[in-house]
Amino acid sequence: MTKRDRSIRTEGIILRRRDFGESDRILVVFTRKLGRISGIAKGARKPTSKIAGHLELFMRSSFLISRGRNLHLITQAEVLEPYDHLREDLAGIGLGSYIVELVDAVTYEEGSHLKLYDLLAATLNALDSGKDPGAIIHYFELHLLDLVGFRPELFLCVECGSEVTEQDQYLSGTLGGVVCPSCVSRAGSADIRPVSARILKYLRHFQRSNLDELTALKIPRELRQGLEEAIRYYLNHTLEVPLNSPDFLRRVSKG
Amino acid sequence: MLPEPIQQSIDLFARLPGIGPKTAARLVFFLLRSRESGLSEKLAEALSDLMEKTATCPVCFNMMSAGREQCSICSDPQRDREVICVVEEPLDVPALERTSGYQGLYHVLQGALSPVEGITPDDLKIKELLDRVRGGEVKEVILATNPSMEGDATGMYLQQQLSGFDLKVTRLARGLPMGGDLEYADQNTLLRALMGRQELE
Repeated sequence: MTKRDRSIRTEGIILRRRDFGESDRILVVFTRKLGRISGIAKGARKPTSKIAGHLELFMRSSFLISRGRNLHLITQAEVLEPYDHLREDLAGIGLGSYIVELVDAVTYEEGSHLKLYDLLAATLNALDSGKDPGAIIHYFELHLLDLVGFRPELFLCVECGSEVTEQDQYLSGTLGGVVCPSCVSRAGSADIRPVSARILKYLRHFQRSNLDELTALKIPRELRQGLEEAIRYYLNHTLEVPLNSPDFLRRVSKG
Repeated sequence: MLPEPIQQSIDLFARLPGIGPKTAARLVFFLLRSRESGLSEKLAEALSDLMEKTATCPVCFNMMSAGREQCSICSDPQRDREVICVVEEPLDVPALERTSGYQGLYHVLQGALSPVEGITPDDLKIKELLDRVRGGEVKEVILATNPSMEGDATGMYLQQQLSGFDLKVTRLARGLPMGGDLEYADQNTLLRALMGRQELE
């Protein structure tokens, strides 16, 4: 946003929201043009608010944003894609919340990141279409790591640089990828965990494939938990802040 | 810079939600100027009563005066004990009471589920609601959580938890607000208003 344009029209996805003052709401929005911004929506908690219904979590809306002194001012909003299907059940709400929480955790204020925006929108679209969320979520996680500069090295051993062979390997968050069995004693840090050859194969698949190729993929039941744990381990290491949504998802899936 | 008691009051006011350091300072100096009216003494007294003389109703978790066994609504023999209206916050109760269209009891969850904020069912008074329902007297539970994603998620979770009981679970209707504008309504609200349309008699 240059000094000249006081207000700008852009689409964005709501990452976080909290109540503020008498009837306002502060929103964290990942916008297409400005990247992540914090903005205040005046009067958004009043029943007659013209924008309230367009500002729910992980909605994709079109905004008119003007620069305020500290916060941006969100003056208009119109929903583009409400992802209503995803909102129909608790697991869907949990998944939608999880991916916006991830984006919130890896982005900084201001600075557009078009590829990440497109990844987020495409992932929400795919989740909303009702396909098996497992592969979509893992696709999102690995591509997000890629786009923010934490792509795990899954093809070469990060210690010796030799090509990873098809056998059980190790994964290290500190070293940023796979450590082969002959290097694991040398790498020697506590921050390392085993990863089976089968799980590694899926991780590579998620990293290399596009969303269309993956939506048809069925992850074998016995690998689901291991995959989730491997990615969770790597993400937690990279983000350094624990996320809340995974707990919620686990809690509601238990029933 | 400022005398210690003044600075301390300012710092304390500034900890309240929606009040920044500037507003806090203005409030404190207003109190200093209104010495004759005794406002600050009354305020101090009210604040110390606030904690000492209030309690949470052990049945519905609404606020009540300390020393009571139950809040005025739970102990009112006139109220319909077969209906429980579930709300998020204590302030939702007076809002519903003002309609004078509801004669049943309440249950205050003290929040709503939020995956991002990390608020799970264990953080809310859900177990307590299920215990109340288990008594068998209740015929209907009205879910009056807010029409937001968090409120909807809470409603869905409660519906799931209540499905095993022999009772009716209802959700407040959603539609257009008085003084609202059709043109600015979001699709979801408009759709629900359309689906919930009523024949004029």
